[in-house]
Amino acid sequence: MNHAITLTVNGVVREASVPARRLLSDCLRHDLGLTGTHVGCEHGVCGACTVLLDGEPVRSCLTFAVTADGHEITTVEGLAGDDGLSPVQRAFTECHGLQCGFCTPGFLCTVTAFLRETPAPTEEEVLEAVSGNLCRCTGYQNIIKAVHRAAEIQAEEAR
Amino acid sequence: MTTKLFGEPVQRREDERLITGRGRYLDDLGANALAAAFVRSPHAHARIREIDVSGALDVEGLVAIYTWEDLPGLLAEPLPLLIPHPALTHGRTGHALARDVVRHVGEPVVMVVAADRYLAEDACALIEVDYEILKPVVGVEEAAQAVNLVHEDVPGNIGAHLVQEVPSASGQSAREAIEAAPHTLAFRLDIERSASMPLEGKGVYARWDSDDQSLRVYSSTQTSTSVRMAIAAKLGLPLPKVEVIAPDVGGGFGVKIVHPWPEEVLVPWAARQLGREIKWTEDRREHFISSSHERAQVHYVRVGFDDAGRVLGLDVNILHDHGAYTPYGIIVPIITSTQLVGPYKLGAYRVEFSSIYTNTVQVTPYRGAGRPQAVFCMERTMDRIAAHLGLDRTEVRAANFIQPDEFPFDQGMTFQDGRPLIYDSGDYPESLRMLKEIIGWDSFPAMKAEAAAEGRIIGIGIGCYVEGTGVGPYEGGHVQITSDGRVHVSTGLTSQGQGHETVFAQIAATELGVPIEKVSVVTGDTRRFGYAVGTFASRAAVMSGNAIALACRKVREKALRVAADALEADPRDLEITDGVVHVAGAPSASIPLATVAVLSNPLRYSFDQETQRATQFASPAPADRPPVAEGEEPGMEGKDYYSPVRSTFASGMHAAIVETDPLTAEIRILRYAVVHDCGKLINPMIVEGQIHGGVGQGVGGALYEKMVYDEHGQLLNASFMDFLMPYATEVPRIETAHLETPSPLNPLGVKGAGEAGVIPVSAVIAAAIEDAEGITIDKMPISPPELWELRRSR
Repeated sequence: MNHAITLTVNGVVREASVPARRLLSDCLRHDLGLTGTHVGCEHGVCGACTVLLDGEPVRSCLTFAVTADGHEITTVEGLAGDDGLSPVQRAFTECHGLQCGFCTPGFLCTVTAFLRETPAPTEEEVLEAVSGNLCRCTGYQNIIKAVHRAAEIQAEEAR
Repeated sequence: MTTKLFGEPVQRREDERLITGRGRYLDDLGANALAAAFVRSPHAHARIREIDVSGALDVEGLVAIYTWEDLPGLLAEPLPLLIPHPALTHGRTGHALARDVVRHVGEPVVMVVAADRYLAEDACALIEVDYEILKPVVGVEEAAQAVNLVHEDVPGNIGAHLVQEVPSASGQSAREAIEAAPHTLAFRLDIERSASMPLEGKGVYARWDSDDQSLRVYSSTQTSTSVRMAIAAKLGLPLPKVEVIAPDVGGGFGVKIVHPWPEEVLVPWAARQLGREIKWTEDRREHFISSSHERAQVHYVRVGFDDAGRVLGLDVNILHDHGAYTPYGIIVPIITSTQLVGPYKLGAYRVEFSSIYTNTVQVTPYRGAGRPQAVFCMERTMDRIAAHLGLDRTEVRAANFIQPDEFPFDQGMTFQDGRPLIYDSGDYPESLRMLKEIIGWDSFPAMKAEAAAEGRIIGIGIGCYVEGTGVGPYEGGHVQITSDGRVHVSTGLTSQGQGHETVFAQIAATELGVPIEKVSVVTGDTRRFGYAVGTFASRAAVMSGNAIALACRKVREKALRVAADALEADPRDLEITDGVVHVAGAPSASIPLATVAVLSNPLRYSFDQETQRATQFASPAPADRPPVAEGEEPGMEGKDYYSPVRSTFASGMHAAIVETDPLTAEIRILRYAVVHDCGKLINPMIVEGQIHGGVGQGVGGALYEKMVYDEHGQLLNASFMDFLMPYATEVPRIETAHLETPSPLNPLGVKGAGEAGVIPVSAVIAAAIEDAEGITIDKMPISPPELWELRRSR
């Protein structure tokens, strides 16, 4: 049996008809065509599928689509604003914080939420913030660098 | 802007689509495709008695169920043995779907096609397979005893046996040299299983066009050209009717060079059978139990040396666990055998390996491909020699180094490409000097004493390696300048995050003198370039980089010829800057490359104002010669191939300082330093990234990652919960320095860089822990409980 759900994704109201077992990750990717959210493990460990649910990072592979009914979701497709790439996106490119790019959407969403809460993070806080996301390509060094750089860009632009 | 981009840290051109969610990975394609799922063997070794699909037939959305009996012709035959070798006397490969016997947990038995993946898995769950359980063979030593056999027709479970001997200059064998040496040592070294584990698993999406009778396949592969040939052969299709494209690929690290995977032939076949688009996306558990693993080897080492620590003879016997099948031949143990000698000039060398079947997932190259084991062997040996003689560990290494004036240096063996193992260039003493300076080698004893006074335990370790990169046989490049001034570059090998779109564009922009914004690069698409080998063995920059440079040089020469005609100048006086051909020193006498491209293609029909210049009445050719001169081709394009006589040998040295907790035996890396020499750097930012990532994987292999099989052949940790890959909290900050010893073998002077970072890490960390603890470390990875146990049994 399918359930009709309504999600606000990246500011746009979207409707879908999904079985109760449909994962939010599959709903976003296959029902709504937002394939920027990636699935790396389907058991909540790698963090590639991280999206923002009412602004908070969640693992969309551990969330049923029906439980997101009526909520707001931001995916990687929604991070860039009208004036172009977000500071986090720009910093990842500038610092070579991605290689294959598969884990990147999860990092970008996680870091976006983190910097909103913690605009001037310490080294320790940055490490803690990204320590729930796996990357097999970069060795993380440039990701850490990118988070600091994003904080810097945000601060510069807030001035 | 400048067009000299070779060697600059140019930002990646692939990033914009990847950070905005516009990447196109395999599962992002085929929104309307049917989904495939597989019933896989739950047993390590069993005979299939019966398959009962009746329970699944009523599943909503079910389209088809296939077993081995349904497969026609060549599809029913075993999958290809990709790299035969005379020593691989008993090579065995699996079937696309299991026939009679399954030989590892995860082997595909039944394929289901349904409306979506959920429904396909519902059907899989309702299919019953009756198995007669056979005795499993697990662990390379148990397998070597051959009490039970993995393949009935492979005696002793031995697939291959190979001995390579390099006598000393005086003709002494390694064993004789060891006998006669003033000092000898013998010991055993072990490395456990790990795996490439890209964050994106494998995947295949196939579209059969019944109107055109043609097949288009997308695969998350490291070699689209070879997958294409394998599919055409297995399905009996004419090659021109099959196209294979590697879309954005979420990491490979070796596992995706193997092909054709069962799914790579089954999905296209079923798509053609059903006349429907079909897609299969591997899930994580499937990846653990049905894609390849690597690393597991046991090494028995005997070494003889003199008072200065110079190795007079080295004799290594390797047991290589290659799992249930050998589709990739014996490349991994061959690489261990040949790369073991590292940057050293040994007196005499003997290496022997047995490649042994077990009822576990097959073993094929994972980043480093046998080298981490080789370096672990050699570097542990160097450390043992130093300990035995009471010498500094770096002194012993220096005493054995090949010197800079000794290149090319012939190691007297046959490398993995079937060519002689001759090192082209390097400067090992300088690398060591740089590394010691960065890590503070000489001042470390004082640091250690200081830490000890505070009750802390720290240690330092070092590891050196040489890596044969850029193996042949060839790669090609195609470059076309179109009449809009855009430059289109293509090469057949594939990309999995290495930044090829950027570095190949840097090469093309530099060679042609055009802004990089005008250059676009396509890789891994057989519609654009049909001849290629693939991306593995740190070869893409060397092989395709040079092929593209050579193709650009052809195009440049032609552009100058055409421009010279138009400008009534001598081509030798012309230069190209910012996409404009001009007379050197006279910038006003110039013509844009776009116009040169127009003029290179004599037209009857124009399609815009610009191309009117090339029509027959606008610019008539001299009456006595044809519009396209003999030996010429229309268009501003060129193609060339690079095929090296042999591999080029990169090198590097790593050092680490670790701290171990006196109570819990936790192991923390305090510092990690890398000196790396991959010849000329095309993009230092990207090379650094490759090193960081490699070291990260190396740290995983040294401290966390191992595949745990029980005695029944069940993989106990087939998830990211239990197979511990490093997070940001586990990888130290990596300090890097580069030495650039150009390769004399290729026009760009480059060597490969992709695998380097991972190679010496286990050796380095083992050495540092040993130095900290004063306990011999002969088995990696090592966990805190294992170190704690070693302390207890000391």
